[in-house]
Amino acid sequence: MAVEERDPLSGYKTTGHEWNGIKELNTPVPRPVFVFLIAAFLFSVGYWLLMPAWPTGQSYTKGLLGFDQRDQVARDVAAAAAQRAAWSRALEYTPFDVALADPALMTRVRDTAPALFGDNCAMCHGQSGEGGPGFPNLRDGAWLWGGTPDEIAETMRVGVNADHADTRVSQMPAFGRDQMLPQEDVRAVIDYVRSLSSERPVAPSARLVRGAEVFANTCAACHGVTGEGSQAVGAPNLTDGAWLYGGDRDSVHQSVWGGRHGQMPAWEGRLSTAERRLLTLYLLDLGRDQP
Amino acid sequence: MLSELTSGQRQAALIFLALVACVGLFVAGFGGADPIAAHGWLVLGVALISAFAVLTRFHDPEPVADRSGSYYDAPVKAGIILAMVWAVLAMFVGDWVAWLLVDPELTFSEPWASFGRLRPVHTTGVIFGFGGNALIATSFYVVQRTCRVRLAGHLSPLFVLWGYNLFCLLAVTGYLWGINQSKEYAEPEWYADLWLVIVWVAYFVLYLRTLARRKEPHIYVANWYYLAFILVVAVLHIVNGLALPLSWAQAKSYSLFSGVQDAMTQWWYGHNAVAFFLTAGFLGMLYYYLPKRAERPIYSYRLSIISFWGITFFYMWAGSHHLHYTALPQWVQTLGMTFSVMLLVPSWASAGNALMTLNGAWHKVRDDATLRFMFVAAVFYGLSTFEGSFMAIRPVNALSHYTDWTVGHVHAGALGWVAMITFGAIYASVPWLWKQKTMWSPRLVEVHFWLALAGTLIYVFAMWNSGIIQGLMWRTYNESGTLAYSFVDSLEAMHPYYIARAVGGLFFLVGTLVGCYNIWMTIRASRAAAVLEGDHPAPRPALETGS
Ligand code: HEC
Ligand code: HEC
Repeated sequence: MAVEERDPLSGYKTTGHEWNGIKELNTPVPRPVFVFLIAAFLFSVGYWLLMPAWPTGQSYTKGLLGFDQRDQVARDVAAAAAQRAAWSRALEYTPFDVALADPALMTRVRDTAPALFGDNCAMCHGQSGEGGPGFPNLRDGAWLWGGTPDEIAETMRVGVNADHADTRVSQMPAFGRDQMLPQEDVRAVIDYVRSLSSERPVAPSARLVRGAEVFANTCAACHGVTGEGSQAVGAPNLTDGAWLYGGDRDSVHQSVWGGRHGQMPAWEGRLSTAERRLLTLYLLDLGRDQP
Repeated sequence: MLSELTSGQRQAALIFLALVACVGLFVAGFGGADPIAAHGWLVLGVALISAFAVLTRFHDPEPVADRSGSYYDAPVKAGIILAMVWAVLAMFVGDWVAWLLVDPELTFSEPWASFGRLRPVHTTGVIFGFGGNALIATSFYVVQRTCRVRLAGHLSPLFVLWGYNLFCLLAVTGYLWGINQSKEYAEPEWYADLWLVIVWVAYFVLYLRTLARRKEPHIYVANWYYLAFILVVAVLHIVNGLALPLSWAQAKSYSLFSGVQDAMTQWWYGHNAVAFFLTAGFLGMLYYYLPKRAERPIYSYRLSIISFWGITFFYMWAGSHHLHYTALPQWVQTLGMTFSVMLLVPSWASAGNALMTLNGAWHKVRDDATLRFMFVAAVFYGLSTFEGSFMAIRPVNALSHYTDWTVGHVHAGALGWVAMITFGAIYASVPWLWKQKTMWSPRLVEVHFWLALAGTLIYVFAMWNSGIIQGLMWRTYNESGTLAYSFVDSLEAMHPYYIARAVGGLFFLVGTLVGCYNIWMTIRASRAAAVLEGDHPAPRPALETGS
């Protein structure tokens, strides 16, 4: 039979077994263990009675509170929308200029838009709309597709080269790669284009003259005779020093030789009218802060 | 390691490895352009290298005819070394992904170094590579000592260890190549899963046969836990892994489950992997090494029983608390939550049983870093089981879910509990196994202890802060009734905590490296001179007279 010993330290007996020197005391289970076990069980029973809990074949016990997480979400969403309705409805019909002059409404815009912009636009346009290579700065006042509130809202609604039926279409042809211009002309027109926004006067040369000729023949149709751009086809102003893809020789070469095909998603269907108008106001507001 | 095999067993090993090599070659050939082909070559390579290792020892002298007079410790030693190798690799990758979250450029534009591929390398490496090898090694060690009998087999323990590590290798290399069935903690594809089933069944049979041969009248608690670990992990792994491959020569497969059933099966698996892999198995470790090192009897046998059955029964229900507020029907969430709350009682009973066992040995906890590792492990076990039950409560979960709080919780368990008890067990067994009085440098054990503890605390506190801030930022509304912060705002707020976490992880990694060095030096010392005699399954006089 097992030999039970008494542990001098705790005063309890061992179970009498030993495994490679390890023994066990036969200490009774401390009372709190049972107390807490029962308490946890009673809590659970209470919770089961109140909430949806046990399956019953095709259905389940619904609980005395009649609580359902889906209804709860629907209620919460509706309540939050109702709370915002006072000002968010106004966004849908208030003309932009009126809204811009309405401090109360603009406070809502400044409260709400940064998170909306941060979650939907910032990954391309930067945290505060400052843009980056290939993604336009939205606060510098240099607009590709027009800077009136309605034009901005429309760009947002239909996107650029997007999957929307009314999408804006923008295409900068690949003059070099598609062999629309000889290599020499590409180089000349690049020099010319870069000279348009150069801050220092550029010494005239035969190459610049050739570049101007090429520009007038090939580029002016979209970028305008003086290179001022065209908001109808989204062709950037090439004279203002605000570059979408970069103004260094390599970037301009890349633009003219390989073409560009910027893409901006259409937000109709993803953001509500109120949200798109809110973002429009936000961008206009950002532009106002600019010197 | 092979010197304990008879020449017949060495031949059998060679034939087996030749078979595996053929399977590898076959897969490599038929795989064609599919990524599975690379795994075919890998299996072929591993089998050939292993066969070569057998061949170099092929003509070693035969072992003694009756080996039952000694314990079979070769696989235990190998398992401990493998566990430490995996620990270094996987913790290094873990700290790398921690820095990757600080600076996303650290992928060096390599697809294999992207977060989504490195992260499972870390988790599989630490859980299965480090934890799994430590469990297999210590379970082999403990079952022999507590049953006073040699392992029931010579090839099968080696097969279990070798096969298990091959599985881990297939898993982590696969992730780097983009092979992943996208189930968390069950990422390997169908063929690696099938291989693990074979290995695991062999493990189960080996364990049962050894228990059946025991020379002790009763089965010690540690073995209940090890057995629960082996049995339940097999069940979980098989059910969650049910999938249909595109073909026998393609890596990709589709799970038999879809939609919310898939999610529920996955988290039934996921949570019970925590329960039976990361808890039950390591409780087995605790129940042997802690009383052994403290030289104190287990506080209460009755408490052991209550907590064992409490843990095995309640855990099975708790998985759905990973899916609160999702498409999962609410009644399933209710059950997950309430059972998680009840689960706290047996969890704390286990932790309490361990801590009360230390009564009368507190001066040893103070002086002996190895025992202190185990003590801290029991404390963190208590802390993280409390936190787990707390986070399972729906309204709490509404804040904590999807945030770094979860990551902090996991690491309180993984670093504080799992890794600490493992280091304690390893520091206890290495001198016993390599016949030394102590580790080469008890001071370095002390250094490791403080590095590990500091690393864990830095990590966990950083993630608590980060997680709670994150959760609050995501739910903060402004006066206009709209969200106050964008996701990126919350990401920016995380940045300092991510740095702190990566530093904490670095501490932990350095501690592990110190441990490796110390173990290495202990083994070298044993080559010079075996100071102690090894133990062996000698008949115990006290028992001979009794029963
Ligand atoms: C996937 C990247 C991407 C995202 C996301 C994105 N945009 Fe754009 N957006 C662009 C690009 C590229 C252009 C320039 C298109 C072109 O080449 O004409 C652009 C252009 C615009 C323009 C026109 C600028 C001009 O100069 O006329 C506006 C306005 C605009 N985006 C607003 C937004 C808003 C508001 C959001 C968020 C709801 C948003 N964008 C999200 C890429 C993006
Ligand atoms: C069919 C109309 C069209 C023609 C013709 C055209 N462009 Fe463009 N160009 C565009 C559009 C549209 C863009 C903006 C592309 C975008 O936003 O992705 C653009 C962009 C550019 C840019 C980049 C500007 C920036 O801010 O980075 C340069 C440079 C440019 N064009 C130069 C030229 C030159 C030089 C020619 C003549 C050889 C030319 N373009 C002819 C439509 C045109």
